[in-house]
Amino acid sequence: MKKQSNQLSNLLLAAMVALVLVLSSCGKANQGPTSGALSGNAASKVYVAPGQYDEFYAFMSGGFSGQIAAYGLPSGRLLKVIPVFSVDPEKGYGFNEETKPLLNTSHGFIPWDDAHHPALSQTNGETDGRWIFINGNNTPRLARIDLSTFETAEILEIPNSGGNHSSPYLTQNTEYVVAGTRFSVPIPQKDVAISSYAENFKGALSFVKVEPTTGRMNIEFQVLMPGLNFDLASSGKGPSHGWTFFTSYNSEMKNSLLEVNASQNDKDFVAAVNWKKAEEYLKAGKAKDFPANYMHNVYSDETHTATSTAMKSVKVLIPSECPGLVYLLPTPKSPHGVDVDPTGEYIVCSGKLSADITAHSFPKMLKAIEDKAFDGDISGVPIIKFESVLGGTVKEPGLGPLHTEFDGKGNAYTSFFISSEIVKWKVGTWEVIDRQPTYYSIGHLMVPGGNSMKPEGKYVVALNKITKDRYLPTGPELTQSAQLYAIDGDKMELLLDFPTIGEPHYAQGISAEKIKPKSKQFFKLSENKHPYVTPTEKDAKVVREGNNVHVYMTMIRSHFMPDNIEGFKVGDKVYFHVTNLEQDFDVPHGFAVMGATNAELLIMPGQTETLVWEPKKEGVFPLYCTDFCSALHQEMQGYARVSPAGSATALKWWLGDEKPVQ
Amino acid sequence: MKNSVLNLLTIIVLLAAFGCSSDKPEAAATGDSSVKPKSMVAEEPDPMTNKGVGPITSIELGASVDQALADKGKAIYEAKCTACHKPTEKFIGPAPKGILDRRSPEWVMNMILAPEKMVKEDPIAKKLLMEFNGSPMANQNLTQDEARQVLEYFRTL
Ligand SMILES: [Cu+2]
Repeated sequence: MKKQSNQLSNLLLAAMVALVLVLSSCGKANQGPTSGALSGNAASKVYVAPGQYDEFYAFMSGGFSGQIAAYGLPSGRLLKVIPVFSVDPEKGYGFNEETKPLLNTSHGFIPWDDAHHPALSQTNGETDGRWIFINGNNTPRLARIDLSTFETAEILEIPNSGGNHSSPYLTQNTEYVVAGTRFSVPIPQKDVAISSYAENFKGALSFVKVEPTTGRMNIEFQVLMPGLNFDLASSGKGPSHGWTFFTSYNSEMKNSLLEVNASQNDKDFVAAVNWKKAEEYLKAGKAKDFPANYMHNVYSDETHTATSTAMKSVKVLIPSECPGLVYLLPTPKSPHGVDVDPTGEYIVCSGKLSADITAHSFPKMLKAIEDKAFDGDISGVPIIKFESVLGGTVKEPGLGPLHTEFDGKGNAYTSFFISSEIVKWKVGTWEVIDRQPTYYSIGHLMVPGGNSMKPEGKYVVALNKITKDRYLPTGPELTQSAQLYAIDGDKMELLLDFPTIGEPHYAQGISAEKIKPKSKQFFKLSENKHPYVTPTEKDAKVVREGNNVHVYMTMIRSHFMPDNIEGFKVGDKVYFHVTNLEQDFDVPHGFAVMGATNAELLIMPGQTETLVWEPKKEGVFPLYCTDFCSALHQEMQGYARVSPAGSATALKWWLGDEKPVQ
Repeated sequence: MKNSVLNLLTIIVLLAAFGCSSDKPEAAATGDSSVKPKSMVAEEPDPMTNKGVGPITSIELGASVDQALADKGKAIYEAKCTACHKPTEKFIGPAPKGILDRRSPEWVMNMILAPEKMVKEDPIAKKLLMEFNGSPMANQNLTQDEARQVLEYFRTL
């Protein structure tokens, strides 16, 4: 019966496609093959008039671009690409001397990562607009972005991890951001046969403490779990505050052909970690110090510079030695997404090979623990009986459930990759209320605040994995496709398609009003503590220290001081420390010099940035401002003279009349 | 099933109705037509009584220079203004020496505090912008107190 109706609706869909194609042949209207169930007034619901603001910010992870992109909703307008784990020559990020340390790791400088899951900071279970965290999947890291500047403020490497996927999924007062490893690895790392997986490989779940006023991160402890593959996570809220839930796959503990070998068991596990209990064990001195090498990189808005600190150890808790710290909840069919509902009662798990959605009950879990309703253990971690923790099942809502968000009105929205749709269902009664197709193959989905205790349930965004024919073709590589649906009515309504950057995984959304008033307009020059700041033109100078030459330069509409410099030699390493003297909103200046092998500088008002230039040839080389700043922007230019190595050309510099200073 | 058919019908009807209409959404025409372009040629007011446009409408200068106030102003001027203004000679912008013989004190403070508004709306500031090759007076976000201190410093030049 179910199958039949599916076939019928498929037929109907095909008929619709054909009709739309026929109808779209008029005028210039070049419609794609499927407009979806678009109603007539959709355009007015996403139209934000020129000069008007969007109601929400949406922060989309950049996936393999390593960045975060900020969009406005409902318009889908791109507001900013925030460089995080990948260098960005447009902003000089990772190229200027100030931001390079942010990308330091124990493996050296890494200019790229794969960024998956943004997490807005929360207070009392509600997004507060202070920071957004995101995980680096490949070389395990966590980043914090300051939402007053929309700039990366901190990057922390996660040791004993083989890919930071189940992260950051923070707790309701941002006490912790978590970092569960996707790959289990030898801990500490060592040269062993891969086939010794069962014996040697472990999976670390890291709890990173966030300092409440500064946001500074610190690995408080790691839980050393058996060799599972941790996938996603969700922290408890309300009654379940104090717990974090991690999905895992590969309970078979295989190390090859996982496509087949990790799909054998009917159930894998959700690991429920009692982090308040962990804090007790830490206090009681139960943690072991494990040697570890990882970098902690912090950017300062005062010095406009990041610094790296090499960290040498972590505190580790072993579950078999810490009863009550972790339990395993059997969950059908390779669970992927795990999402605690806004009441904190249900832990919604999506077995990606399942046709059902499984919801565990937090109160039942506590009861089962009390009753010791266990079904054995793995390495000393008790497995709770499935029936004792099961809270409810949404029966056959679709194929391939992945992730669930909530609207704060008792409804849940689950993405289905295989059947390519969003299904709306009721928490507690488990009945399906509505479904809408997505174009195509949705991965994550996002309701602003939809993973918090206070969702702002007006829209859901589908973050689709397949684009195909949604936009004008651009050769083999296509942009990624997001879709916006209104969810404030009884039925979901598709409003808009818009392209996104990289491959967004998860996203976060928040009322613009929670961020807009705090957005910084410029940096105060009087508070600039950069070691090479040039606070006024009078302080501009050029200083030679052996082969290193430091240029203390200023910029203001529309000249550099100095703009003529002589006395550089082939083989010098020239540091252009450039300070933007402007003290107004939206007056950045750029700096570029011919032959520089890195990038430009893009310097915000009141900021100092440094570009290293190593001239290889003698001659006179232009430098100029790259960011159109005034009617005389084109005149914002100068020259740097490079003489042969060992020549006697004196170091001198000036602006305007040549009154060289020695 | 019934719903789907209804939806389908709705789409067909809507497409027929709107499918070939104008590309532009109606709401796009939101330009405020009541704002008339200002004439580029404006009659010039008396520079000694013209107070300019901005937050300052009236200011009292003391009979003699308040040196403490002027010293504060000098420090601010050196930190925030010297990239474009030399005290006694023309540079990127004009020299402030003798400014109060040429302009009202209110005009000077408004030029410091609201340069964007001034070069758009004040006839003298507009003319000055063109005289200085379109090089804009940067808004350095001084407070009213700081601008007053800078003004006192100008009295010492
Ligand atoms: Cu410029």
